[in-house]
Parts: sequence; C-alpha cells; structure tokens
Amino acid sequence: MDRNINVLIVDDYRTMLRIIRNLLKQLDFNNVDEATDGQEALAKLRAGNFGLVISDWNMAPMTGLDLLKEVRADAKLKNLPFIMITAESKTENVVAAKQAGVSNYIVKPFNAETLKEKIEKVMVHA
Amino acid sequence: MPDGTPGTSDDDRIEAAVRAVLGSMAGDLTAREAALLAELEALGRTIARAKAEIAALSVDDITGAHIPSATDELDAIVGHTAEATNEILDSCEVLERLQTEVPEPASTALQGAVTRIYEACSFQDITGQRISKVVSALKAIESRVEAAVANAAGRVAPAPAAPAVPRTEGQELAHGPQLPGGGTSQEEIDRLLASFD
Repeated sequence: MDRNINVLIVDDYRTMLRIIRNLLKQLDFNNVDEATDGQEALAKLRAGNFGLVISDWNMAPMTGLDLLKEVRADAKLKNLPFIMITAESKTENVVAAKQAGVSNYIVKPFNAETLKEKIEKVMVHA
Repeated sequence: MPDGTPGTSDDDRIEAAVRAVLGSMAGDLTAREAALLAELEALGRTIARAKAEIAALSVDDITGAHIPSATDELDAIVGHTAEATNEILDSCEVLERLQTEVPEPASTALQGAVTRIYEACSFQDITGQRISKVVSALKAIESRVEAAVANAAGRVAPAPAAPAVPRTEGQELAHGPQLPGGGTSQEEIDRLLASFD
C-alpha cells in the first residue's frame, strides 16, 4: 500500500479533521489535505492529485453523499477510493452510499483500528 | 377573537348555540337530553377557556427570549467542548513528539494511550451533532407555538418557510446520530456492504 498518496479528509468539524489527520499520521499517511464541505472538497479533488477521500456525510451546503455522487460522475475522479466516516448509521444511509459507489463506510464514533482496516481494504482494491 | 375579548365572545356564542338547540327541540327535554346538553355546554366553555389561555400565552417571551437563550446556551456548550477538546489534542501532539525520546516498551504504550485519547475525543463531533438536532427541535416547537397562539387568537398563522431549493438525497438522509440501539453497528454495516459484493 502506497502511503505517499495524497489523502483528502472532509468534515465540517475542525476538531474531527484534526483527529483524523493525527490518526492518519500514525498510519504514516503524511500527505493530508482538508476540506470542510463537499463543494470545497470537489474543487480540491478536481485541482489536485488525490489517492483517497475520507469524508463525513452531514455537511452543508454539499453533503458527503452528494460529494460522492459528483466524484463518481467525474471522468477523472470516478475510480477514486472514497471512505465515508459518519454518525449516519441508519441502514438506508449505508445502502444509499453503497448505491452511490462508496468504497467503505465507517460509523462514528470509530476506533483507529477500524480506520486502518478500512483504508487497507480500499487501497488494495484501488 | 375579533372583539379582543375571546372568553366573553365565545361564552356568548356557546349560550346562543345552547339556546338554538333548546329552541329546535319539540316538547319537554328528557333527563338524558338535558344532561347531554349540560355536558355539551360545559365542553364548549372548557374549549373557550383553553383558547383564551392559549391566546394569552406570552409567545413573545418564548420566541423572543427563552428559545434564543436556550439555543445560545447550547451553542456555548459546543464551543466550550470544542475548545477543551482542542486543548487535549494539543497535549496529545506534544506527547507524540516526545514519544521518539522514550525507550520501548514505554514508547509503544504512550502511542497506544494517545490513540485512545484521539478516539475518545471524537465525542465532540457526536455531541455537536446531537445538540444541532436539539436546536432544530426547539425551532420546530417555536413555530408550532406561534401557530397555535395565532390560531387561538383568530389570526392567520405564518406559513412555514419553504426550502429555497429542492433538497438533495444527501440532505434528505442526514438524520444525525441515532440513540443507542437505534442505529446500525459497524459489524452490521460491514455485513451489509459485503452483501452487495
């Protein structure tokens, strides 16, 4: 697994961005950028060269699910590994995310081991 | 009420209605009919009293002071917990920098402890989302109270603001954190995702 890839983390809670960034650092992912909603994330993804997106769902104006749909509809980004990390834990949310093409789904609160396991899983298939 | 004295006006109307019923009845009332009529009159007066009490509610206090004050307090909770969490994270980052200077096995133990703290600090996100749900509930109560008071006072209740643009699927499905036992566990999510493969 290439840990030198650029990772974009997307969450409207800056504290959560900081926590995920620090957990990624522990996993030796040091090239990490941040966005606080889907629109900002989409602009960064289109402008940059990212190998993984880790996104929250509940953000305004563009949610994580809507970001995922935009990513999958974009010819350049459609195969980008996309992990949703969210407090949205209803079955209908997981199903909607899967139908939209999510690579994996982590429910908050989560632990570092789960994050590591899901990243390894999606990067193997990337 | 149009004349500004809701109780009196409603009482007059109830009396008029009872008289109209009495006038329409041929012959003497039976005891049962009289009792029923008395019950109807009492019910009418209770409704009129309730309407007058609702109309007299200090809705401006609720919508102008109590609810904004409650939402401000809740926002302050989010702010204070975010501040405290960031101070904890500051300390964790110091510990991580010092970790390289600590011999094994203490270094690994230190890293494990810091990781646990990071995991625990994610409570702040969940707390914030739960508080946002409470604020939304308070705002919904505020608009319902306004509508109930307007109806009781014979005014037209303000129509709820329509969303400016259609909501996306992502917005429609944004419910926020579920109560314990109300959501799907990570294990169940993993099984559900695997069922698609």
